[in-house]
Amino acid sequence: MSPFIRIRNVTRRFGDVVAVDDLSLDIDRGELFCLLGASGCGKTTLLRMLAGFERVDSGSIEIDGIDMAAVPPAARPVNIMFQNYALFPHMSVADNIAYGLRRAGLPKPEIVARLEELLRLVRLTGMGARQPHQLSGGQRQRVALARALARRPKLLLLDEPLAALDKKLREDTQFELVDIQERLETTFIVVTHDQEEAMTLASRIGVMDAGKLVQVDTPRTLYDRPRNRFIADFLGTVSFLEGVVTSVNGGFVSIDGAVSVTAADPGGFAVGDAVRMAIRPEKIALGRAPSGGVNEIPVTVEDLAFTGVATNYRVIGPDGVRLKLTHPNRRGDVVPLEWEQTGFVSFDPADVVLLRD
Amino acid sequence: MAAARQWIARHGRRLVVALPLLWLLVFFLLPLVEVAQTSFTVARRGIPPFAPLWGFGEDGFFTNFNLENYGLLLDYWQDYIGPAGNSLRLAFFSTLICLLFAYPMAWWIARSNPRRRAILLVLVMLPFWTSSLLRIYALIGLLNPNGFINSMLMFLGVIDTPIRMMQTDFSIYMGMLLTYLPLMILPLYAVMIRLEDDLLDAAADLGASRAGVFLTVVLPLTLPGIIAGSLLVFIPAVGEFVIPALLGGPEQIMVGKVLWTEFFRNRDWPVASAIAMLLLAILALPIIYARYQDGRETALDRVEGQANGPGNTS
Repeated sequence: MSPFIRIRNVTRRFGDVVAVDDLSLDIDRGELFCLLGASGCGKTTLLRMLAGFERVDSGSIEIDGIDMAAVPPAARPVNIMFQNYALFPHMSVADNIAYGLRRAGLPKPEIVARLEELLRLVRLTGMGARQPHQLSGGQRQRVALARALARRPKLLLLDEPLAALDKKLREDTQFELVDIQERLETTFIVVTHDQEEAMTLASRIGVMDAGKLVQVDTPRTLYDRPRNRFIADFLGTVSFLEGVVTSVNGGFVSIDGAVSVTAADPGGFAVGDAVRMAIRPEKIALGRAPSGGVNEIPVTVEDLAFTGVATNYRVIGPDGVRLKLTHPNRRGDVVPLEWEQTGFVSFDPADVVLLRD
Repeated sequence: MAAARQWIARHGRRLVVALPLLWLLVFFLLPLVEVAQTSFTVARRGIPPFAPLWGFGEDGFFTNFNLENYGLLLDYWQDYIGPAGNSLRLAFFSTLICLLFAYPMAWWIARSNPRRRAILLVLVMLPFWTSSLLRIYALIGLLNPNGFINSMLMFLGVIDTPIRMMQTDFSIYMGMLLTYLPLMILPLYAVMIRLEDDLLDAAADLGASRAGVFLTVVLPLTLPGIIAGSLLVFIPAVGEFVIPALLGGPEQIMVGKVLWTEFFRNRDWPVASAIAMLLLAILALPIIYARYQDGRETALDRVEGQANGPGNTS
């Protein structure tokens, strides 16, 4: 079976700028896919091409087996939820949501029934008569969602759906969005620059940079097994170490640099290769005395910050090697080290990600 | 010195409001009251050429109050109300023509890139910097039987005899359009520049045709600009008499012309004032009513918004 959405070698240029560069991507039916990238990486352009607002310079987009090249926005089985919701300010909540249904020329009783159903779906029952400016940010977001879902699109595109909400509300809304997506089984493509948002929402994430997809994977794989330095750095916090491979045997790679590190062998590395190692802060343990395990480095605390959940440390090792680590704030735990104190950090060889760039 | 500074600190804000208010009172409201009073009194030879409305003479309080000036307007309605009708018709169609030209122009300007937008806006306002009379004479030069357009057409062999363009409705409305178009474009531009592209995309995305997007989104959201521009054109257009006098034929007399005649030729200031008051009533009452309705709606919205707007966020 062919994928639900098939994007093949799509390119879009604005003058000299290549917004989307020879990009190919398949998305399955019912998936909640996230396009993640910094502003200007081309993710919104790709979204607008899917919706039909942007011309495709070369390549093709297929949705549900049909080539979209000649299909205008109104005729696509696609709806879009705009970044700032783009609610019609002169229409009530009900008129906003029913807009697409009216344009489709549905009979009145059917519109009324569908409207009630949508209001219930986004928990706005009884709010139909309100004007958009009388709503809170969260309510506006849900009106926008209901309006975009009204025509039962096969594909819903969401442009930064949570960016305009404050942090607390954003967390609740994330789960609500996933819940609605799972209930309707509609394919969602979410565009966002917020990696945390992407991680919580998506079943798969495509990270974009300069018009290209750098890596497409599940959130866990992206986080634990980034393909290159850009991905490792873009998602979450990471410490980098540099070195040269000195031996490869028994499933382990030994690397010599400012410090000696043993890493699990991902395959493909040979003695003499220059490598960059990426280690996540929560994978690094901190102690006052050496424990005698592998990958143990003496360090001095340079900086620490208590965040509630954990304490974030910045430590300096031999040769000025800097590491960032997170020490969880468990019950009965004492903060092991204070400013300027010395101690030891250690990490498991399996938690060292080897990168070539 | 310190006391003065303290006084300014305490009352400065009120002073900033009070000064323009005072100015309006003295130079706007008082003359208006004067005109209103004059419209109820009688004319006489002298300076000023009308009797005072009221005063204290040898026999104590006296008044010249009468409604004869307004009665005159009714008795000779062909001479007074007729021109008012002409003026209203001229103003109405001028407004309509301006709107038809200005709407697409304002749209095009608002949708242009910022650099071209700045140039186009200057071009729109450029005519304001030359005398309007000069522009009217330039138009006469174009439209005359031996003017530029007729000469060109005859030279090219399109016509044998000059087309009569001067002293027709065509020439009047050309003049009105030339003079009032910027007043229509600017308020339209102001609302169109604030119209978010996403709203148009959203409508198209939800299945609206191009006409549908225009009728359901663009038109309602630009309506405030249409109303503002129409008022800006309509109101001065009603009092306009230079353009019809220069470009139009002798058969259509505008109320501005009548007013001028009463004031300066007949020196009947009371009747002229009565005409002015009548015009004011025709123009101002609908606007005051519209503003009143508008204000009531806004106040209602605010009350509702406070009752159930922010606060219950989820």
